[in-house]
Amino acid sequence: MSGAVLVLPVALPLLAAGLLSLLTGRRLRLLLGTAVNAGVLLVGGLLLKEGLDGRIPTASIGGWPAGLAIVLAADPFSALLVCVSAVLVLASLCFAAVCGEDGDPRFTSLVLVLAAGVYGALLTADLFNFFVFVEVMLVPSYVLLVVGSGRDPAAGRVYVTVGLLASTVFLAGVALVYGVAGTVNLGELAGAAERGPAFALAGALVLLGMAVKAAVVPFHGWLPRTYPQASASVTVLFAGLLTKVGVYAIIRVYAVFFAGMQQFRWVLMAAALATMVVGVLGAVGERTMRGVLSFDLVSQVGYILFGLALFTGLGLTAAVFFMVQYVLVKTVLFMCAGTVENLYGSDRLDGTGGLLRHEPLLASVFLVAFLSLAGIPPLAGFVGKLGLLQAAVAEEKYWPAAVALATSLLTLVAMLKVWSRVFWGRPSSSVTALAGVARARSALLAPALVLVVPSVAFGLGAEPLWRVAESAAGGLADVSAYVRAVTR
Amino acid sequence: MSAPVLVGVLVAGGVFLILRRGMVRVVFGFVLLTHAANVLLLASGGTDRRRPPLVGKADPALMADPLPQAFVLTAIVITFGTTVYLLSMIHVRRSEERAGGPSG
Repeated sequence: MSGAVLVLPVALPLLAAGLLSLLTGRRLRLLLGTAVNAGVLLVGGLLLKEGLDGRIPTASIGGWPAGLAIVLAADPFSALLVCVSAVLVLASLCFAAVCGEDGDPRFTSLVLVLAAGVYGALLTADLFNFFVFVEVMLVPSYVLLVVGSGRDPAAGRVYVTVGLLASTVFLAGVALVYGVAGTVNLGELAGAAERGPAFALAGALVLLGMAVKAAVVPFHGWLPRTYPQASASVTVLFAGLLTKVGVYAIIRVYAVFFAGMQQFRWVLMAAALATMVVGVLGAVGERTMRGVLSFDLVSQVGYILFGLALFTGLGLTAAVFFMVQYVLVKTVLFMCAGTVENLYGSDRLDGTGGLLRHEPLLASVFLVAFLSLAGIPPLAGFVGKLGLLQAAVAEEKYWPAAVALATSLLTLVAMLKVWSRVFWGRPSSSVTALAGVARARSALLAPALVLVVPSVAFGLGAEPLWRVAESAAGGLADVSAYVRAVTR
Repeated sequence: MSAPVLVGVLVAGGVFLILRRGMVRVVFGFVLLTHAANVLLLASGGTDRRRPPLVGKADPALMADPLPQAFVLTAIVITFGTTVYLLSMIHVRRSEERAGGPSG
């Protein structure tokens, strides 16, 4: 297979976004948006298949010789995340359509540009190019969040300024990397941090910028402050995509640039544990569904970093597995919150109650998703967490494993709080009044219903995804194949 | 020696302005801060060789590194766009306040 298909996940959405600004008609926009992302999903699947067969497709943009060209590369880790991201974008577009939030002619275009940025950031093997793609992803997200955040204009300001600050720090990091190493190609930077403190410091600044984007404690404050203020479908879109690009960058840079150096792993572990605990404690105290879910999003990022901090084959495999199943589950939960808000006007925990009686299907989707999030067998979340704990115990890291377990329990507490306040109990009079109003409930629930299937399927039959995650983790633990492909 | 001093001054000014109240000051703080990052990027190619990087125009040993210049150009465009967006956010908010619309 020619490496040229690697350009498609970036080029197709961008072209479609331009075309969409000329098109009128909501149905047509939705059709084109979903078709493009389905195409990207197909390309991602092909790339993943190549990757699993042991080949890493690469493309050098602009026909420049090696060392000068910007390289796009799809190892199994990148290809897997491109597939998952495409699924999430598809689901978000459908959810926005059934919520009626794609009425603005620019909505679909903005989502497509954002998606192009995400795909590009996942595929590029060049630090500066990564910065550019992250900006391509962030600029539409600024617009989507600010336009949707009618409730609190300050949220938009916080989001944009924090995003800009993180980008500036990241850019300074890239400048320092170029200054000390003379290249920004990840392949040529492999193991660079081992060459001396100056290299490690430059890499640390890059990681710092990405830690803000990934909402790692202590740089998490912006996320629970801003996400619940965006409109429901925008939160659904952001939840699975934006912070995950930050997490992806941390994993990739630590695996390649730092070559998984032993001496800095404790920093990652400390950040991972702090992120887990602070996030989940915040979630317990929130008063709206999306508030709880946003803080919980921070907490779950900690689990992925936990696997990275162990940096063993099993730890990385579990981290990749966890990441994939968790973005799906999280998106389902945000869709449930969005549906409650859409049907009952508010997702406040004290404003609703007894939804189980009126919305049995919504309640069961939420139940499956939150049990998977908390890590209850036989759902996919359990497999991911079990892998992470096994990896920690194999490394004799008993205290971190205990913290991870306790965080799981607190996640369950936070989600049970939502369950008991929103779904359990006696319906309030306003709920009963609104429940009688005829609405397209099945359409609202369809995207969530489709996305919750994998969390059951990957729990009962974890083997296929686990194999893919193993292959992706193998490429992170031993980067030589990636480096060869990228510097060729 | 001038580049590190410039970066230091720009970062100090930028941080000072970002920590102040008022969105316009924050925006100007970001202008200074992103300039600092741009100068840093430009300096990363080495500040001793300053001849134009065009084949035939200068001795290759004295040519400036063209790659950071391309980086900086890209970064300037991005930060310029974001700055304009921030300023337009302030403008929209002000006109909303004047019209008695949502405030916060």
